[in-house]
Amino acid sequence: MATQFVINGLKAEIEGKEILKGINLEIKGGEIHAIMGPNGTGKSTLASALMGHPKYEVTEGSVTLDGEDLLEMEVDERARAGLFLAMQYPSEIPGVTNSDFLRSAINARRGEGNEISLIKFIRQMEGKMKELEMNTEFAHRYLNEGFSGGEKKRNEILQMMLLEPKLVVLDEIDSGLDIDALRIVANGVNAMRSEDRGFLIITHYQRLLNYITPDYVHVMMQGRIVKSGGPELAQRLENEGYDWVKEELGIVDETVGQA
Amino acid sequence: MSTQLSTPTDRQSAQSLAAGKGEPNWLVELRGEAAELAGGLPWPKPEKTRIERWNLTAVGNYEAPKAIGALTELPADVQELIAEGTENLIVQRNSGAVWKQLSNELAAKGVLFTDLETACREHGDLVRQYMNQAVKMDEDKLTALSAALWNGGVFVYVPKGVEVEIPLQAVIYNDNADATFAPRILIVAEANSRVTYVDCVVSDKSAVQAPFVQPSIVEVFVKSGAHVRFGSIHSMGDSGVDMTLRRAVIENDGQMEWIIGDLNDGHTLSDTKSVLKGNGSNSDAKVISVGQNAQQMSLTTQAVHFGKSSDSNMVTRAVMKDSAAAIINGITKIEHGATKANGVQAEKVLMLSPKARGDANPILLIDEDDVTAGHAASVGQVNPEQVYYLRSRGLSKEDAERLIIYGFLAPVVSEVPVEAVRGVLKRLLERKLEG
Repeated sequence: MATQFVINGLKAEIEGKEILKGINLEIKGGEIHAIMGPNGTGKSTLASALMGHPKYEVTEGSVTLDGEDLLEMEVDERARAGLFLAMQYPSEIPGVTNSDFLRSAINARRGEGNEISLIKFIRQMEGKMKELEMNTEFAHRYLNEGFSGGEKKRNEILQMMLLEPKLVVLDEIDSGLDIDALRIVANGVNAMRSEDRGFLIITHYQRLLNYITPDYVHVMMQGRIVKSGGPELAQRLENEGYDWVKEELGIVDETVGQA
Repeated sequence: MSTQLSTPTDRQSAQSLAAGKGEPNWLVELRGEAAELAGGLPWPKPEKTRIERWNLTAVGNYEAPKAIGALTELPADVQELIAEGTENLIVQRNSGAVWKQLSNELAAKGVLFTDLETACREHGDLVRQYMNQAVKMDEDKLTALSAALWNGGVFVYVPKGVEVEIPLQAVIYNDNADATFAPRILIVAEANSRVTYVDCVVSDKSAVQAPFVQPSIVEVFVKSGAHVRFGSIHSMGDSGVDMTLRRAVIENDGQMEWIIGDLNDGHTLSDTKSVLKGNGSNSDAKVISVGQNAQQMSLTTQAVHFGKSSDSNMVTRAVMKDSAAAIINGITKIEHGATKANGVQAEKVLMLSPKARGDANPILLIDEDDVTAGHAASVGQVNPEQVYYLRSRGLSKEDAERLIIYGFLAPVVSEVPVEAVRGVLKRLLERKLEG
């Protein structure tokens, strides 16, 4: 069955403040959707709410992946069901080596009795690290500890490649990346494009979309998707900014939940 | 609970026990003197831990050791602690050594590795120069009591310039709560020598249910340019009280490394101190601990700098469960004249239960201007953001927390010098963390 990811009327709040005011979105396997928008419009909240970050409370709506209700699941169950979020600010975990962590994550996905052999794991990990032009020394470093911003983002993509999720959310994966790193990360994403995998790319710059061509582009403002289109929409946003969208829709302040 | 002020020995009983064991006169005399001192001295007073409420007097009675013919006669749990194929091993059971072994190669180089009682008989002049010198017997009731009552023990002597490549190991255990269990370790590393010593101090937790006290003193002398690595894991049952003082005196360009795992189930007083006497001397101390149930612990690391350009680093990490309490002190003292000294310390406590207690007290006492010093201390819970991150990759909550906890202890675990002992430490950690 081809992957199908459906967000329907999703509302979410943080500390009692509503940030998502009804998101509707459908992503099929093979599709790449980009969500763009200025800062403070709820883009990262959407990513966190989908993954189940404990600070965000979903108040209404549904999210399903291949018919399974994600919102009913714990964070780790969502991951094992095939959801992957490449985070904007990945945690540093001192004392836990990257390779121990990656192997635990792969085995959690594969389930008990079906663990990956050590040799196969190392071969896979080193192969993907090479694709991402990462020094294999990073396998033995503590998870994200002392990694530069760009190294952390590459490490997120490495995890995505090894975990082979069905639905990938990239939250500002391009922030803090120089042009070489951006190209490498984009290549990693493009290599993972397939009929049974959907992507949701959250960004406020168009430049990432020069490397990863989206099928659909959505603009988010005030906690809603206010405009959708094809790749040409991203191009126009790059050239003209967001003001014309606001004007067209009669929006004065595009942000949501700001004090 | 009643306060116990009595001292569990006196001059006469200490001397007659020593004489009965055939100890040399100087030692009989010394034990008598120490026993008398013990009667008049107070117990040590560690910060915020009232050890006088612990059962400190259950020192038991001397039990004559019976030598074993083969290591296979040891209980399986004890055999597991021994590095496979080691040729350099001392085993103490209750009040004395039951096994000792030193390779011909090391013996030929002049290395001494035997129980301390034997060393007092056979190398009395050498032992007397050092015993009770790093830790004076009149410091408090504990130091006097150890000097009076100690038994079995370990003596390591490495001659000038000799490098001992293979770690020396001691396994020290009790299986009878009524037997005095008071090992004492004395290590002398002559100039430019090198040695690694590891021990496991454990109790047979099924056999030992009654209260007992393990007073223990470790003295290490690191001569100029020598390098001593000392690894020690303590895992005694919850009816035991472990009071262990460790002290190293480090001369010019000497290096001392402490790697300590305080994993007892009972009350623990652990104080590990380096005296950086020489210029360019160096000390590195790493301590980990896991507290469970209602156990109380006082864990102290200390570095005292006298030497110029001396360098110390101290790290303590503790995981606290249930209603366990730990007071963790780090004391860096830089004396006047110790110019260019550098002292760094960090104490971190991870709290796994709202009823547990963990205090980290970093103390810097600096009497010299031209120095560098730093400290860090933290007490916290498992970070929910870290748990979320790991869970977002499919790890269950339990697995995520376990990874974070082991990661917290990893900087010390990974430093344990002998692989077999590292394995022991990991097993004991698992038992305490998942028990």
